[in-house]
Amino acid sequence: MTYDDLRHFADSWGLLAMTVLFIGLIAWPFRKGARQHNHDAANMIFREDDNV
Amino acid sequence: MDGLVMKAGGWLGLALLALAMAVMAVDTPYAVHMTIMMIAALLALWFTMSRADYGAIARGILRAPAHQGEYDDDPIRWGVIATLFWGTAGLAAGLFIALQLAYPALNFNLEFTTFGRLRPLHTSAVIFAFGGNALIATSFYVVQRTCRARLAFPSMARFVFWGYQLFIVLAATGYLMGVTEAKEYAEPEWYVDLWLTIVWLAYLAVFVGTIVKRREPHIYVANWFYLSFIITIAMLHVVNNLSLPATIFGSKSYAAFAGVQDALTQWWYGHNAVGFFLTAGFLAMMYYFVPKQAERPVYSYRLSIIHFWSLIFLYIWAGPHHLHYTALPDWAQTLGMVFSIMLWMPSWGGMINGLMTLNGAWDKIRTDPIIRMMVMALAFYGMSTFEGPMMSIKSVNSLSHYTDWTIGHVHSGALGWNGMITFACMYYLVPRLWGRQRLYSLRMVNWHFWLASAGIVFYAASMWVAGIMQGLMWREYGADGYLVYSFVETVAAMHPMYLMRAFGGLLYLSGFIIMIVNVWATLAGKVRDEKPMTETPHNAAADRPLVAVPAE
Repeated sequence: MTYDDLRHFADSWGLLAMTVLFIGLIAWPFRKGARQHNHDAANMIFREDDNV
Repeated sequence: MDGLVMKAGGWLGLALLALAMAVMAVDTPYAVHMTIMMIAALLALWFTMSRADYGAIARGILRAPAHQGEYDDDPIRWGVIATLFWGTAGLAAGLFIALQLAYPALNFNLEFTTFGRLRPLHTSAVIFAFGGNALIATSFYVVQRTCRARLAFPSMARFVFWGYQLFIVLAATGYLMGVTEAKEYAEPEWYVDLWLTIVWLAYLAVFVGTIVKRREPHIYVANWFYLSFIITIAMLHVVNNLSLPATIFGSKSYAAFAGVQDALTQWWYGHNAVGFFLTAGFLAMMYYFVPKQAERPVYSYRLSIIHFWSLIFLYIWAGPHHLHYTALPDWAQTLGMVFSIMLWMPSWGGMINGLMTLNGAWDKIRTDPIIRMMVMALAFYGMSTFEGPMMSIKSVNSLSHYTDWTIGHVHSGALGWNGMITFACMYYLVPRLWGRQRLYSLRMVNWHFWLASAGIVFYAASMWVAGIMQGLMWREYGADGYLVYSFVETVAAMHPMYLMRAFGGLLYLSGFIIMIVNVWATLAGKVRDEKPMTETPHNAAADRPLVAVPAE
């Protein structure tokens, strides 16, 4: 694989894959039913707080 | 018993190897460093052989409570002490080199104390020694609490702490002796880099091991930030330091890359050291300690996830903005600029997320100086992540690059964001780790806050003026087509600003010394008799029923 092949891969399929992955990860917390999960996750640090 | 023999034999072998290397050394700094390695290995051997009860010794030195509770907090206590110790050294070195710039006589005409050697000592001490110890300590604290599990591999966690201190000592002594790879923020030579790689992989193992044995189904977002920081720093460190030693018995090596490739690799490293060490790692602190201190959950957990993935995907491309108008291809410069500007969004998203966590509890800023520090830290996170992308725009960069504006920008981030959030976390941790009811004095925290804030204002404002003036003087052409100012004229013009900067540094260091006194007294178990930060007024005279008065 030459430098030229690599850069053509990077600015075509590589770029597409990264973009799709990024959008997927951003969309994930907006999925149906995520609200309760996010609420629980945000509050988990206060649960049974006996470590102080 | 077999395990003990193996361990002791291993440390002895390492000590002998270091001794052999010291004897064979072709240059003095290498011999000194190998001697330090040998002493460290012998100390480790001694501790192993004597089978000392480390816990008891550490508790004695650090005045830790006898009852340790559930979590493995000893390395965290050491980390807090180390953070304060290296912070003093790093800030004092910074003040000293600031004065050197104003008064060159302070170089003392001695090779060990020249600006060129003390400057990396300052940057490494504050970033890697002060910041690094704070990150290791808080990450061990947070990962245990949020996973509800003790640290995995406790002896490896101790190795991480002491191994990291050895790295700092080797790096710092190396700078003073003139050992450098000449790569900014990656100055240590090849053998120190190898040692740090070992320590860092052990750190990764402890952190991931603790996450794997967690008792909570969800991995709290702070741990995502810590993990990304640990993994990315490992990758950056290894790639940027790929080099070939001239001899394995000497401290000189040559980089694997040359020319503009080397420059791009260096700034891919350099900018992501900012992005993942000074940003992701400290954001991890923010996502745990700000909600804890404010006693309310983070404003939006969803936003914190978006913040995380946007930083991960965008930051890694921003490095080329350090190489505007150089031999780097134009498209690569533009790419770096565009990604830097896109970073505005996640940075401000994160800042808003942190600040809005206080929504409904803004009065705490008035009554709780630790919250006040956290808010100031987030404000500076927002300001410096606004300024940075602006400076990465090519036309702005043509004015700002190589000037003191860059220094001002770095320090508004480092003093304002990293410093303030670290102070706040240390103030949060100290009473909890040592089982004290509260800090020795909250009013001293308030003094620290104001001294540090005033120091940053002096620092940043003077460097803005100095940098923009310097940039404008450099590019000033006369009617005859010649440059109007010589370089030394720009240096002379900046002298008053250099004095103001040094004064700002003095204020910041003074605040830090107040912190040391406060923490010291807290560890000693003292509580200062002082007026509380807030009082609910009570008017005894008005506290009575209304009695009907007969009409006249």
